Order: sequence, then structure tokens, then C-alpha cells
Amino acid sequence: MIIRDMMPGFELYQPKSIEDAVALLDKHGKDSWRLAGGNDSLSWFKDRAKKPKVVVDLTAIPALRGIKETADGVEIGALTSLTEIERHPGIRQKFRTLAEAAAKVASPQIRNSGTLGGNVAQDARCWYYRAGMPCYRAGGNTCYADTPEGMNREHALFEADRCVAVTPSDINPVLVALEAKMVVRNAKGERVINAEDFFIGPRVDITRMTAMDTKDLLVAIRVPNTWAGAKLYFEKVADRESWDFPLVNIASAMVVRDGVVQQARIVCGGVQCTPRRLRVAEDVVKGKTPSPDVAKLAGQSVTRGARPLNYNHFKVPLMANLVARAVRDST
Amino acid sequence: MAFKHIGKDFLPPDVTAKVTGRARYAEDFRAEGMLFAKLLVSPMPHAKVKRIDTSAALKMKGVVAILTADDVPQFPPPEDPILTNEPLFAGQPILAVAATDEYIAAEAVERIKVDLEPLPFVTDPLDSLYPGGPNARENANVANIRLNLQTLKWEAGDFANAGDGKLPMGKPAEQWSYGDVDAAMAKAKLVIDESFVTQGLAHHSMEPRSAMATWQNGKCIVYGSSQSGSFVVPGLARLVGVKPEEIVYVGEYCGGGFGSKAGAYPLMAIPAHLSKKAGKPVLLRITRAEEFALGQGRPGFQGRVKIGFAENGRILAMDMYVVHENGPNTGFPDFRNAGSAASIVFQPETMRWRGISVLTNTPPRGAQRGPGENQIALALEPLIDKAARELNLDRVAIRRINAPDNDGKIGERREPLSSAYLKDALDKGAAQFKWEEKKKLSGQRQGSKVIGIGVGQAYHSAGSFGFDGLVRITPDGKIHIHTGVGNLGTFSYASTSRIAAEVLNCKWENCIIERGDSRRHLPWNLGQFGSNTNYTMSRTNYVAAMDAKQKLLEIAAANLGGKPEDYDLGEEVVVSKADRSKSVTFAKAAQLAIDMGGKFSGREMAEDLNPITKASVSALAGTGLIGVAKDKLPKKGLTPALAAAFAMVEVDTETGKVKVLEVVNVADCGYVIHPAGLATQVNGATVMGLGLACLERYVYDPKLGLPANVGFYQCKPPSYLDVPPAMEWAAVDKPDGDNPMGVKGIGEPIQGSAASAIVSAISDALGGHLFNRTPIVADMIVNQVAKQAQSYKPLQVNTM
Repeated sequence: MIIRDMMPGFELYQPKSIEDAVALLDKHGKDSWRLAGGNDSLSWFKDRAKKPKVVVDLTAIPALRGIKETADGVEIGALTSLTEIERHPGIRQKFRTLAEAAAKVASPQIRNSGTLGGNVAQDARCWYYRAGMPCYRAGGNTCYADTPEGMNREHALFEADRCVAVTPSDINPVLVALEAKMVVRNAKGERVINAEDFFIGPRVDITRMTAMDTKDLLVAIRVPNTWAGAKLYFEKVADRESWDFPLVNIASAMVVRDGVVQQARIVCGGVQCTPRRLRVAEDVVKGKTPSPDVAKLAGQSVTRGARPLNYNHFKVPLMANLVARAVRDST
Repeated sequence: MAFKHIGKDFLPPDVTAKVTGRARYAEDFRAEGMLFAKLLVSPMPHAKVKRIDTSAALKMKGVVAILTADDVPQFPPPEDPILTNEPLFAGQPILAVAATDEYIAAEAVERIKVDLEPLPFVTDPLDSLYPGGPNARENANVANIRLNLQTLKWEAGDFANAGDGKLPMGKPAEQWSYGDVDAAMAKAKLVIDESFVTQGLAHHSMEPRSAMATWQNGKCIVYGSSQSGSFVVPGLARLVGVKPEEIVYVGEYCGGGFGSKAGAYPLMAIPAHLSKKAGKPVLLRITRAEEFALGQGRPGFQGRVKIGFAENGRILAMDMYVVHENGPNTGFPDFRNAGSAASIVFQPETMRWRGISVLTNTPPRGAQRGPGENQIALALEPLIDKAARELNLDRVAIRRINAPDNDGKIGERREPLSSAYLKDALDKGAAQFKWEEKKKLSGQRQGSKVIGIGVGQAYHSAGSFGFDGLVRITPDGKIHIHTGVGNLGTFSYASTSRIAAEVLNCKWENCIIERGDSRRHLPWNLGQFGSNTNYTMSRTNYVAAMDAKQKLLEIAAANLGGKPEDYDLGEEVVVSKADRSKSVTFAKAAQLAIDMGGKFSGREMAEDLNPITKASVSALAGTGLIGVAKDKLPKKGLTPALAAAFAMVEVDTETGKVKVLEVVNVADCGYVIHPAGLATQVNGATVMGLGLACLERYVYDPKLGLPANVGFYQCKPPSYLDVPPAMEWAAVDKPDGDNPMGVKGIGEPIQGSAASAIVSAISDALGGHLFNRTPIVADMIVNQVAKQAQSYKPLQVNTM
């Protein structure tokens, strides 16, 4: 690129209600951009790699904010800051891993401005894509990362389809593990999507990472009581302890009765385009005592089918180790 | 020695401005009618500009001027150009646009059509050295300071002979040796032969190299970001194309340089040239992405070293070969520094050094904190550990037996040293770290976590000489200490100014440091780099203060009778030794100096002063008593800064995460002038050393020649949560013989000591495993523990 790090101009809308926001998105469609905390958006704009004509700033919509404890669980407004989630007593008590994952995102400044919806809907961090290269995901007809000499340490082990980018979120695996529901609104109405179905891979649509299209607005996320009281685990491995994306992260929930695992959900981030539900590991642990041996076996079970690229085969043992830790160390 | 100021803490005068936000950095300045500039940079690693079409941009409202390579002075290759028609790395500026605001300037850049012809490029020195391999420049692949541009290829047999994972060693560009290395190696009880890679990495100065320029009355005023003051002026004048006396340089603060802003640099001249063309002041704000490409970087090494040890650990022979990744331009002689650093830290009885500086189409390199010295510390210190294990010696003891003392020597010519207390630093550090107790923790496991302890050392030269000092006492009783050294952020500009206050026996609150703007009439000083400030500036401020003192004594004698030697200095007063009632205050003496004129008031001055100092003295003449002198103090040997550090880490073998638990870093920096300033330096260097050991590096796609990590979040300097919970520092605090106040510099080796101690500790935790590569990142540890191959090829550089 001949110039980057300098934001171009755009038309800015600051609606005060969800209805107005949805109407704006409906009107401008593909020309529009949903702006929440701005941490993902502004880096795209500043790099001049994405230049939307219309930016819809959602931060002035009070209805998108706040955490409500309901009979069924908690409902979190999409514009709720990650800091609020990290500190919320109800979440910390019932869904500790959601608070822990929120606390591991980026840096305190970014967590203060960054929102749940923004984190969940953030775009891929593949450096080639971020540098504005005309790759598949950017609408082009090649992948620069998956080449014989591509620099792809942070890229996918599984489910690659032309694009090898991974989900960079720390929150998403937790939402899948806890069976969260995503509440999405557009001009036609509201729909509720399971977190597991909300995140989509390149095979479904290579230009986006969620089930939402440009006219959709994520309004809230509901975390049901299903896994409240279960043994939970979250861990993130990154180069740095602050301001870094995960190399691999893990989220799990297990119901253990009389020392035996009754139910389990284990989900891994950073290894494919979507949070990867590790059903094989769940099957390994179900009906067993989560002993070190079972944990190890669960870890070993998850790497089958991994297709490492040039620089990311470390993710294979790392992922196995994290699964073993989730089974062995969850509390 | 009892000092009034030396060794005592004080509040450096720039601190308040920094913490209140009052400090003005280059991009904070504005001028009437000022324009903003943006750069058009090369999207390719090597190309030729065939055609530039600016017509659409020039039609835009608000676009005032466009500056291309054809508008600016050209310098002989491989110097860094200001703008270029043959970009040699992605991100190199081709042209600059000045407009009424930055949005318009950026929009204009995008409307300019540049036709580029792609040319061959290379990102790995060994690829360029291979027969028929690509050259980074048309017709050249080797260059450095005092190493002419040339093409040098190795033979295919050199590569084949080396075998897998060993550095091939073809014809070097340079070499030296002392003693009979082969004979000594043959006598050795243990010979280690290892190849290694140390990474290249960007400086990432927090303040990018923005600059504002305006022309007034035939002078070019530049507001810049530099580590240095007066030292910037001649280089900047050359870049702008004017005489040094036509430059006014303003730079009171600097948001970090780490060597990359030692002197003037090409970007600093762009606003000056644009301003001349546009007829208006111009501000060029450099962005983070631009700073990554243009803010210099540390060269990486591909090296090989063979070391022969006696049974007691003494190094009998060292044979080192360094291939230096130089970037495309002049670069910096890190590869040479690696050889001299090894020669002093380990005092090998015989040594051979060979090196070659290979051009690559990656960012231009410059000095980065311990340039060469710190890379070689990362490579060698773990090998010393390996020898200790094989010879069954303590890892501190093997360093101690090789460490220099005051009789130590350096380099090919075995030059003497002015002082060296590395053994003391090791002893002090071992005691404070509790090495003997911690040794028992080595390898201790708790779950997946294992403890490692390590020790590291490093060196950098610590001072220069021959510069000028200038102090001035005014009739209001104030002592003005004029310093042209700059302010890179370490406070040493202020702590060395206190040397003048020490000599003149005055109160610090009556001293004013004159600095940061040529119009404050500053002397010719070396810049703030090379760990030299403490040593160099304490000498210049000493000689200037001694000159002022002599003049004070002469003034007292002339006015109160007797001879100068009959008088002495009290606090801000000249007193007769015989009759304490006979005295003249500094304020009164300053007035008398003005009345007496001549040398006393700066109307006359020594011939041997630098022209910049002379101009400043002439401008100040008649305003007070002028003390000015060139530093001609004796110097017996090279002055080294040395450091030893100790580290304890916890390595999680399941995740590859390294947690640095504790570091003790000990400086051999002569007498400590300013303990709080030193503490900041040492602890800061420990943190930066962690980045070098475990986190930061260049990553380039070798097929595209483009960088993978540009921003802070991608380049990963240590974050606050990565900082060791326990960071301690200490100083040997023994005086250097060649400095009138016993002080010497320290800024650089304290990074290398910490970094190599951390690497040593990681190796210890992994049972002595040597990666022979930095940074040691999580994936390397995970792969090692899983007993699977590493992803990088042996000796590969600029990789993940």
C-alpha cells in the first residue's frame, strides 16, 4: 500500500434507538459499517483497507447496553463493555469463564472501550488480509497465507477453505461452550441464533465470520442457566500477557456428579475460522472421572484431522495440552 | 570521596513538563499558515519508479506542493536517501505531498499514479550470498560503514560443506585475529561449535520521527525528534543543503530513540525541503506504520562460533563468524561490535573474528541499544552455560574466570581499558540474587511448570572525549550550564550538568540548564548515544567548570589583590584562603567579568574550540563570566560499560509460556551520579531485554518481501503484565580512572545482560536445551517439549 495509518472521510450517523439503527443499516446495506467500540473498525479505516461510505455509530443507543439477570440466565446488551462483563458479580458467580475471557482481551483501555458485540463480531486478524492484500476474504482470488513460504504461525489447523484465518476472539469459545444465544435484529424483525451456529467458516461465506449480513444488528447475547454451577475452564495462550490475540484458547463446561462427568462442552479458539467444538473430547470424558489420564486422552483425541501450515504445527500439541488442562484443572 | 551533588537524587527539570503534558514534542509545534505533509511509500520491496503522474493530486483544492526525489539532494549510495526513485524496501518514501490538512494530503497521495517496475529482492542474507542469488541493490549485496558497496558471492561448495543447520562460512568481507587460534583450539579440553540466529527487530520509539520546519531570515528552523542536540546540526545542514550556521534545531524532548535517532536522519529534512518549495511551514507527522519501516531496526545475525575451553573453564580460543543482515543501506557495524564485545567480556587468549554485512530489502538498520554487543550476548552466554555443564563448573565461576578486570584488553589490537569491574558485578549480582540458593531450584517442577535460573553479561563502550563544555555565570548569580547533548529521556543531560555544579560548589537551585534549542547558544557536544553521555559530558562539564573556576580565582585576585592561588571557592563565592572575610560572590564576579572583558566575558576564547561552540560563545559574550574549554583530559584506555544479570524463570511446558519471575541486573558504570536515573535505566533495560529474549522480531514473507508485523500489537514489545514481578538493580560503584569524576556510561549493556540471563534461564529450565535462536517464543518451547521439529529452517531469518 502506498499510504496507511490515516483515516479517510465517511458519513457518520449516530442513531439513538435500535429501530433507527436498523433502518439506517437497511437503507445503506453494503455501503454501511456498524461501529461499536471502534477497536476493530478504526484500524481498518486507518489502514485505508476498508472505506465504508456510511458509518453507523451504535454507542449512543442506551437499549444496547447493560446486563440483565433473568429467570433463564443473563442477557447482555451488545454494547456492554468488556470491563463491565469482567466485573459483573452475577456473571462472575454463574459464568466465571465469561468474565475471565473478557479480562484477557487486549488491554484495560481496549476493554473499557471495547464491547461484547464488537468482540464477538470482530474480523479476522490474518496479517495479509489486514494489510489490505486482495485475498479471497477481501474479495480477491488467492490466499497469501497458505503458500509454500507463507508466514502463517497464527493461522488455522482445521476447516480451511481457501482462507486459513482463525477466529481471534477470546469470548467466542466461551459463548459456544455456555450455549449462548445471539439476538439479532433487522428491518424484518428479530431472530435468535445459537452461538454455535452464529460463527461461520469460509465454506459458508468467505467474506464474513458471522451469520449476520450488513443489514443485521446484534442487539444482545443471552447466556442460559444451562451450565451455571458446572465446572468451568478458560485459558488463553498468547505471546504477551496483555494486548495480544490468542495463539490458542480453550473454554469448557463440565457437569460432574459423584466424580463422574455427566455432560461436557469443550471449545477451542484460534485453530479454525470458528470456535471449534471438540465433540470427540467431550465423548472421551463423558461417563469418566476427569483424571490426568482421561484428560490426556481427551487432549490426544482432538488433533486428528489437523492440517498444519508452515509455521503453526505447534498448535497441535498446544491444543491437546489445553484440552487436557481443561479436563484436569477445571473448577 | 564526599560529593555535594554526585551520587544524590534530584528532580530533573524536564520531569514535571512530561508528567503534566506541558512538554512539547516535534508534532506539537504549529506555525502561521502551516501545511501538513503525507508520504507516498513503496508498496514493493525493490522497484524502479518509471513514471509519476501527480496531475490529479495537484488539481485538488488544498494541495500546495509535491516533493519528489528530483527535488532533494542526492547522497552517494548506500546512504539513506531522503526520497527515492529506486525504493529498496516496502515502506520507503517516494514522494511527499503538502496540503492544508492531512486528510487532503492523504487523499492526494492516493490520487497520484506511480508506475513501478518490480526488481529482484531478498530478505535472507544467505540467499543473497548463494551463487546466483538475488542482490538487494542492482549490482551490490554487501556494504556497511567503511565497507564499500560490492558484490560478494560464496561458492556452492561452502554451503554444501557446512551441512545441515551449520552456518556455511564462505569468504568474509572482513576479518581479524590475535594469537594462534588453531593451536590454542587444539589444546582445549572442550570445544563447542554452534551456529546461531539472532533476530532483527524494529526500534519502535514511542514518539515517531515527526518534524516541523520553517524558514526565517535565511535560516531553516527544524523542530525535530532526536536523542541529540548540537550533534544533529551538521548532519541536518547537509540533508537540507545549507551551512550548519543556517540551521536552528529545536528539540527539548525525545519520546525514545534507542539509537535510532542518534543524529540527523533523512525524514527530518523532508519538511524543510517541502517548506522551501511551498513557501510555508510544513509539519510531517510520522505514523506508527511509517515509523516501523523508517524508524530503523536492529540487524539480525546468522553466526557460528567455535570456542575452546581449558579444563578450568578458561577460554583458550574463540573463532567467530557473523553474517549480518544489514537492510539495504549503510547500516551499522553490529557485526564488528560482536567481535569486540566477545573479546572483552570473555578475554579469549586467542581469537579470530570474521564477518560480512549483507544487504537485504528490509528496513534500514541503525544502532539499537547494544548494537551487536547485545546480539552476541544472546548467542554466546547460553554456550558458556553449555561448557560449564560439560566441564562440571559453576556457571558464574566460568564467567568469572574469563571476565576482564582493570588489566583486561579489547579487540584485535588488545587495547587497554580504563576500568573493568565485571567480576565485581558478577559477585555483587550473585550475592543479591542468592545464586547458590537459587541453584537448588533449577529444574524444580510443579505440575507442568519448571524453574530455570540463568546469568548473562554484556558490554558496550562507555564514553568519548574531545568535545566542548560551556558554563556561564550571570550577574544575577545564576549558573547557566549550556549543554548541547540532547535529551533522549534518560535524565543524563541533567545529571552530567551537575558535574559543573559540583566543581563550582554551587546550589543546584541556582543552576539553569540551557538546552534544547540552538538559539540558547549551545556548545559542540557528542549526542546521546553509545552509552557515552555520563562519561563524555562529565568531562566537558568538568573542563568548562574548571575554566570558570580559574577565571573566578583570577577575577578575585585582580580585584582583591594577591594571586589566583590565594583564593578558593566557597558556596557560590570566591574566598581568600588567608582571610575568609575577603570574598567576592559569583554574582559580583560575573559583573566584574563583563567589566574586564576579554576571555572573562567570552570576548576572547581558545582557538581549539569547535566552530559551533565559538559561535555560541560569541553570541553570549558580555553577558557574564564565561567558562569554556575543549576536553583534552588524558585518556589511557578504552572505557567499557559492563553488566552482569541474573534471572529466574518459570517455563510452562504445556503452553510454552515463559514467566520471568526475578531479575537482578548489575551495572559497572563507575561512580553513580544519579541513583534514581540509573534505576530507571537498568530496570527499563531489563524490560527491553525481555523483548529481545522472548518477544520481538521482524517477520517477512520471503516471497512477497512484505512485513507481517507493523503495529505495536503485532511486534509485541513487553507489556506491563509481562514485566518481571521482582526487578532489582545494583551498581559496582567503583570509579573509572580516566574520568575526573570517576563516572562512565551504562545504557546499553544492561539490556544485553538481562536478555542473555533470561535466555540462559530458559535453557536451564529445559535441561540445558539450546535453541541457538532468539527470540525464544512459546511455539519453540511447545515444539521442543513435544519432540517435534521446529517450524523454521535452520539459520532462517525474519521468520515467525
